[in-house]
Amino acid sequence: MNSFFEWWRRGSVWVWLSGATLALSLLMVAGLILFLAIKGMGFFWPGDIHQIQLADGTIWGQVTNHEEESRYHPARTQVKIANRDVYGQDFRWVDDAEILNRSFPGDALYIEKLDGGPFIGRLVQIEEHGQVLAVGDKALPIAQKRLSGAKAYQAQIKSIEQSEAGALSNRLEKLRLDGRKLELQGKRNPRAAQEIEDKKQDIHKQFEQLQARLEALRNQSRALTVTLETADGNSRIMPLANIVRIVPANSIGLFGKAGVYLSRLWEFVSADPREANTEGGIFPAIFGTVMMVLIMSIVVVPLGVLAALFLREYARDGWVVRTVRISVNNLAGVPSIVFGVFGLGFFVVTVGGGIDNFFFPERFPAPTFKTGGILWASLTLALLTLPVVIVATEEALAAVPRSQREGSLALGATKWQTLWNVVIPGASQGILTGLILAMARGAGEVAPLMLTGVVKLAPSLPLDGSFPFIHLERKFMHLGFHIYDVGFQSPNSEAAKPMVFMTALLLLLIVLVLNIFALRLRRKLRRRTGGSSF
Amino acid sequence: MTETIAQPEYRFTQMPIRTDGPPLTDPSVQSAPILVHTESLNLYYGQKQALFDINIGFPKNTVTALIGPSGCGKSTLLRCLNRMNDLIDDVRIEGKVLLGDQNLYAPGVDVIGLRKRMGMVFQKSNPFPKSIYENVAYGLRIQGIKDRSVIQDAVERSLQGAGLWDEVKDRLNESGLGLSGGQQQRLCIARALAIQPEVVLMDEPCSALDPIATAKIEELIFELKKKFTIITVTHNMQQAARVSDFTAFFWLGKLIELDLTEKIFTNPTEQLTEDYITGRFG
Repeated sequence: MNSFFEWWRRGSVWVWLSGATLALSLLMVAGLILFLAIKGMGFFWPGDIHQIQLADGTIWGQVTNHEEESRYHPARTQVKIANRDVYGQDFRWVDDAEILNRSFPGDALYIEKLDGGPFIGRLVQIEEHGQVLAVGDKALPIAQKRLSGAKAYQAQIKSIEQSEAGALSNRLEKLRLDGRKLELQGKRNPRAAQEIEDKKQDIHKQFEQLQARLEALRNQSRALTVTLETADGNSRIMPLANIVRIVPANSIGLFGKAGVYLSRLWEFVSADPREANTEGGIFPAIFGTVMMVLIMSIVVVPLGVLAALFLREYARDGWVVRTVRISVNNLAGVPSIVFGVFGLGFFVVTVGGGIDNFFFPERFPAPTFKTGGILWASLTLALLTLPVVIVATEEALAAVPRSQREGSLALGATKWQTLWNVVIPGASQGILTGLILAMARGAGEVAPLMLTGVVKLAPSLPLDGSFPFIHLERKFMHLGFHIYDVGFQSPNSEAAKPMVFMTALLLLLIVLVLNIFALRLRRKLRRRTGGSSF
Repeated sequence: MTETIAQPEYRFTQMPIRTDGPPLTDPSVQSAPILVHTESLNLYYGQKQALFDINIGFPKNTVTALIGPSGCGKSTLLRCLNRMNDLIDDVRIEGKVLLGDQNLYAPGVDVIGLRKRMGMVFQKSNPFPKSIYENVAYGLRIQGIKDRSVIQDAVERSLQGAGLWDEVKDRLNESGLGLSGGQQQRLCIARALAIQPEVVLMDEPCSALDPIATAKIEELIFELKKKFTIITVTHNMQQAARVSDFTAFFWLGKLIELDLTEKIFTNPTEQLTEDYITGRFG
C-alpha cells in the first residue's frame, strides 16, 4: 500500500498515461497508412482468373470478396467478371452453394482496354487487314509483340491532335478574337476583315491536310485486329490499338505478375486518367496538387510574414492589435467551404470579372478569368492558411532574443536593418514551420477548391509548352477532389474503390514529400545560422 | 571634434601621491579632456524616477567604472549614453547628455549616427547567428560599405584589437555561436570596435564569464583605452579596482561619489561609499 502511494506521488501514473496516449496516437496514424496501403497497393497486382462452373453456365473472373453466411444472405463470393459491354456490369455475387467446380484456365486473359472497361476471356485470332495472322495459342505472342507498335500509332495520333491541331485551333480562335477586337474598337473595315478571312481559309486548308494525315494514321492503327471470346462464347472483334495491356494472368508466374504490377504502378503515377477517372493514371491530379500548393506557398509566405512583422514589430500594442490578433486566430477556425464561397464571390466573380472586362473584352461572353482556375484556388487556399503562417511567424519573431536586437541597434542599425539582418533570419526556422503546417493544410483541402477551379477532368495541364507556358486561368485536377469524385461520383464506384485508397495514399505521400523539402530547407538554414530557436 | 569642451561640474579630488613607489595612476588621466558628460540628467520609468540629477563626466582615453548595488541606476545611465533607453516604452528623460559639445537628446539628433560613435558590449554575449566574419563585418555592412578589402581589413584589425584573431583566423566562416563564452564576448567587443567608435560602453562584460576569460577581457580593456574612452558597469569591486582610472559610486539612482579609483578604494570621501566598498551593504 505504501509503495502504491509512493508510486502515485512520484507521478508515475502520468508518465504511463502520457506514454500510452502517444503510443495510441501513433498506432492510429500507422494503422491508417497501413490500411490505405493494404487496400490500395493490391489494386495493381494481377489476380488469378478463376473459372467457375455454375449450374447455368461458366463464368471467368477474379475473386474480389467473400462473405460468410449471415441472416441476410448465404455464403457468397464476389467475382469481377469484367466485360461490361457484354454483361452490363463488372461484378457479380455468386452463392457458394451454386458453385459446382473451380479451375484456373491457362489461356484466360485479362485485357485492359482504352474504353469500355477490362475484358476477361481468350484470344481467338489476330488479323491484319482482314488476313488471319495466327490462331489460338500462337496468336498471343504476336499480339503482345505488335501491341507496342499499335500503341505508338495511337500516341502519334494523340500528339498530332494535341499539338498540331491544337495550335491550329488556337490560331483560329486568335483570329476570331482579333476580328472581334477590331469590331469592338470600331476599326473594322472590309480590308482587315478580308485579311482575317483569308488567314482563316488558309488554316482551314491546313486543317483538312491534318485530318487526312490523321485519317491515314487511324486506318493504319485499325489494320491490326484481334478476335476475343468470353467464357460463355460471346466474341468481340476490336483493333489491337484499343488495348492497353494483355495479361495472361494464370500463366505468367510471379515475376511476370511483378512486372505487370510495376508497369501498372508507373502508369498510375505518370499517365492520364481513362474511363471517367476510374482507370489509368492520376498524373494531372498530382501535378495540379503540387502546383497549387507551390503557388499557394509563394503567395502566403510573403503575405503572412509581412503581416506578422507589422503586428509584432511595428504596431503599437493596444486594443486594435489585440482585436486583429484575435480575429486572425479565429480566421483559422472558419470552415473551409466559407473560404470557398468567398473565393468564388471575390476572386472569381469580382477580380476575375474585372480582369475579363479590362483585358479580354473580345472573348465575351466566354470567361477567361471569371471562372474557376488554379490561380483563384491557390489564392483562396493562401487566405485559408494565412492565419497559420501569421501565428507561427509571430511566435518565431517573439522568440528572437532581445539581446540580439539590441546588439544590432547598438551598432547603428536602423530598425528595418535589424529586422532584415538579424530578426528575420533568426525567425526563419519558425516561419518555415508555419509554412509546413500551411502546406499540409492546403494540400488536403477539397471543399473550397470545388468552388474555385477544380474539375473532374481537365483537358490540359496548367503548365505546358504553349505560350505563356503557365496558364493560371486554367482549371485543374486535384488529388483530394479526385478521391471524392472517383469514390462517390463515379458510375462504377465498386471498380474504382482501390483507386480511392491508392489516391489517398499518394496524397499523403505528396504532403510528406513537400514537408521533407521544407524540413531540409529548415535544416540547411539551421546549419548556416548555427543556432536554433525551435 | 572641437577641443573647447564644456567642463562639467563634478567633484574631483587630488589623488594621494604614493611615496613608497611609482604612482599608481598615470597622472595624465587627471588632465585628460572630458569627452562625454551629463548635465542634470533625470530619468523616469513611468512614474518612478530612476536617475536623480546626474552630473558626471568621462575623460578621454580613460576607463571609468560605474559601481553600486543592483537597481542603483548604473546600467540605466550607461544606456542613456547611446540612447538605448529609447527602445523601452514609457521612459522619460530630462537634462542633457553631451558627446563633445553635441547634446544627444536635442531634437533632431541622428540616433543611428550617434550609436556608431558609441560602441556597446552587453552583459550577456550576443553574437548574431552568423559567421564570425559576418558578425564583425555587420556594423560596416549596414552602413552600406561593400568594398571587400575595406571590410576584410576592418574585420582583421578589430579581431586583433579584441585579441581574438589568433584563435579564430582559421575559422572565420564558422558560426559565431560555436565559440566559447569568453570568445563570444570578445567577438562582441570586436564587433563594436569594427565601426571605430569613440566611446565603448560595457555593461557588466564579464559577469557571465569564468576567471580566465575575465582576465583576458580585463587585459583587453587596458589595451583598448589607448584608443577609446571606456565606460564600464561592474558588480565586481576588484575588477573596478584593477581596470579603471575613475570609479563612480551610485546608490538609489544618485551619483554619490566620483573620483580616482585609488581614492575611492583607499580613502572615499562619503561614508556610504566606504560602507559599500567594505561590504557593509550591497
